[in-house]
Amino acid sequence: MTAITSDFSSAPVLPKWVVPVLLLAFAYGVVPLIGSSYLFEAILLPFLALSLAGVGLNILTGYAGQVSLGSAAFMAAGAFAAYNFNLRIEGLPLIGSIFLAGIVAAAIGIAFGLPSLRLKGFYLAVSTLAAQFFVQWALTKFSWFSNNSASGVMDAPRLSISGFALDGAIGRYLFALTIVSVLTFLAHRLVSSQTGRNFIAIRDNETAARIIGIPVLKTKLLAFAISSFIIGVAGVIWAFAYLRTVEPDGFDLDRSFQILFIIIIGGLASIRGAFFGAALIVVFPLVLSRLGGFLLGDLFDSGVLDMSQRIVLGALIILFLILEPDGLVALWDRIRRRLLFAWQST
Amino acid sequence: MPLPSYTLGVMEASAYAPEVFAHGLPSSPPEQQPAANGEPIGSVAGVASALLSLQGISLSFGGVVALADIDLSVRSGEIRAIIGPNGAGKSSLINVISGVYRPDRGHVKLDGAVYAQVPTQRLAHLGVARTFQNLALFKGLSVLDNVASGLAYKVRSNFAGQVLGIGRSRGEQRDSLSRAEQILEFLDLTSVRDRLVGTLPYGLQKRVELARALVAQPRLLLLDEPMAGMTASEKSEMAAFVRAARDRFATTVVLIEHDVGVVMGLSDRIAVLDYGRKIADATPDEVRNDQRVIDAYLGVASDNEDGAGI
Ligand SMILES: Nc1ncnc2c1ncn2[C@@H]1O[C@H](COP(=O)(O)OP(=O)(O)OP(=O)(O)O)[C@@H](O)[C@H]1O
Ligand SMILES: [Mg+2]
Repeated sequence: MTAITSDFSSAPVLPKWVVPVLLLAFAYGVVPLIGSSYLFEAILLPFLALSLAGVGLNILTGYAGQVSLGSAAFMAAGAFAAYNFNLRIEGLPLIGSIFLAGIVAAAIGIAFGLPSLRLKGFYLAVSTLAAQFFVQWALTKFSWFSNNSASGVMDAPRLSISGFALDGAIGRYLFALTIVSVLTFLAHRLVSSQTGRNFIAIRDNETAARIIGIPVLKTKLLAFAISSFIIGVAGVIWAFAYLRTVEPDGFDLDRSFQILFIIIIGGLASIRGAFFGAALIVVFPLVLSRLGGFLLGDLFDSGVLDMSQRIVLGALIILFLILEPDGLVALWDRIRRRLLFAWQST
Repeated sequence: MPLPSYTLGVMEASAYAPEVFAHGLPSSPPEQQPAANGEPIGSVAGVASALLSLQGISLSFGGVVALADIDLSVRSGEIRAIIGPNGAGKSSLINVISGVYRPDRGHVKLDGAVYAQVPTQRLAHLGVARTFQNLALFKGLSVLDNVASGLAYKVRSNFAGQVLGIGRSRGEQRDSLSRAEQILEFLDLTSVRDRLVGTLPYGLQKRVELARALVAQPRLLLLDEPMAGMTASEKSEMAAFVRAARDRFATTVVLIEHDVGVVMGLSDRIAVLDYGRKIADATPDEVRNDQRVIDAYLGVASDNEDGAGI
């Protein structure tokens, strides 16, 4: 690793692994001690699930350049598949159900990724809507998926790992954190591998990619599969760890857009960006409702909150697309460089 | 203008891209098959000197005739120029050779195998690499990664192996990076190896694209206006690189270029296209004195030196 040593000599740059390791140490060692159950239930659990979904979509859209509006469908597929594996296969450990759920989501992802072999951009986005509507329709139509439950809303199984119960707020947080960390690490490895570079090559110039011998069709379908696997597991975390119920309702088109906004605001083609974007999407409504309540008092009811949320979010997205197309990550890096520079020159 | 330093002594041609040399060619089936896309439709024995030949290639877009009954042969090891005014069909010809376009009529013979349409996806395996008239680099990748991507066709490890860093993936990765670095050094690009390619000046981007094509050590290199938009000194630098690449790797070069001065100095034989027809095909000296060429092209060469267009 000669590159790293030469970095050291020029500027006080930390090796790349330091920040993630410190963050993980904090998330495992400190947060469980100081966090309130509100922090876990309302902020960290949805944040983790949406971040992971963002990582998954970013592989497909940010890196491989294939726009998708079907993310929520893959989340739903993951959640329902994990529920059914857990219900119907005796003795399968929870982690096994989750893995198989990812595989199911990946298979559906490949099926709905087939149009990408012919379609691009806007047309592809529209065709991924088919996944969104089809999966939601199938889950409501066939009551087998929801174990014939009358309401269509099932309790998620209690989380445990080798008999060790994790169903308190902290336990569920640690469960989600572990899965998200592992998959994020693997995603990071993926995007810096040859396969990740093939994704970018296809995104940036498909003809040139084909000419130099990158297997374009195979690589696109692989991007769909991997992305859907990760989003499917994110769906399991959403249902099992955050909501603790499994139901089709929350996995609608709005959710698909939300995940797309997460990666646009956070930064396309950036693993960190998904976390930045998810943090903003989760924290922002909470801040807005506090702020609105503070400024407008009782006038600020849930209807007004919902509306103002959409308006401000819409404006934010437009602002980002115009002013900072590379997202919060780019903004953050710029600020950090400025600070470093200022600190060095004192 | 400094000539590139020949630092590639370590790279013996055979060690460098063994599979291209060993089995880069389709094992052409002897029976005549119907012209399925990308399948060789036959084979010819023992035309040793012609690495590439085109026979009766015609191509039109709607009413526009881009290529009309073109024959062209390219000998192993030569630098073969194609010139002609804007819209003459030069890029179309390269697109036919690289399989981007399927000709309406005619065949492409590539080292013994005959194709109705050259299989683009297998082009690299066949030992053919190309550059594009308009830059076709991967903007989101560094210079080094762009060049290394020219070896992507050889990668046999799968994504799981690469993610976990097991199996052959590590060796492949090390290999392609070191080969890419050697080409960067050969083309004097080492100082920009970690830059995002989109941040480089135009002339350097053109050179990176040449590096990406060269890294696979192709037997046939197709260059579509590699010097377009360059200053005079950049052009002669690029010309030196093209010649050096040919000498170093025994690569056969097909070159489209508008700057007649550069072309005359660089190429062994020149084909001249005009309105999709081949109006001359000879050595530089003969072409220079050909009246039809002068009428069609040379007389107006100074007007379109930079070759606007596709
Ligand atoms: N994909 C395409 N669709 C429609 N017409 C095309 C296409 N490609 C080429 N043509 C037409 O074919 C003719 C030859 O084009 P070509 O690009 O081969 O010319 P060229 O000799 O490379 O010109 P230039 O020097 O401007 O690059 C032109 O009339 C062009 O408009
Ligand atoms: Mg052209």
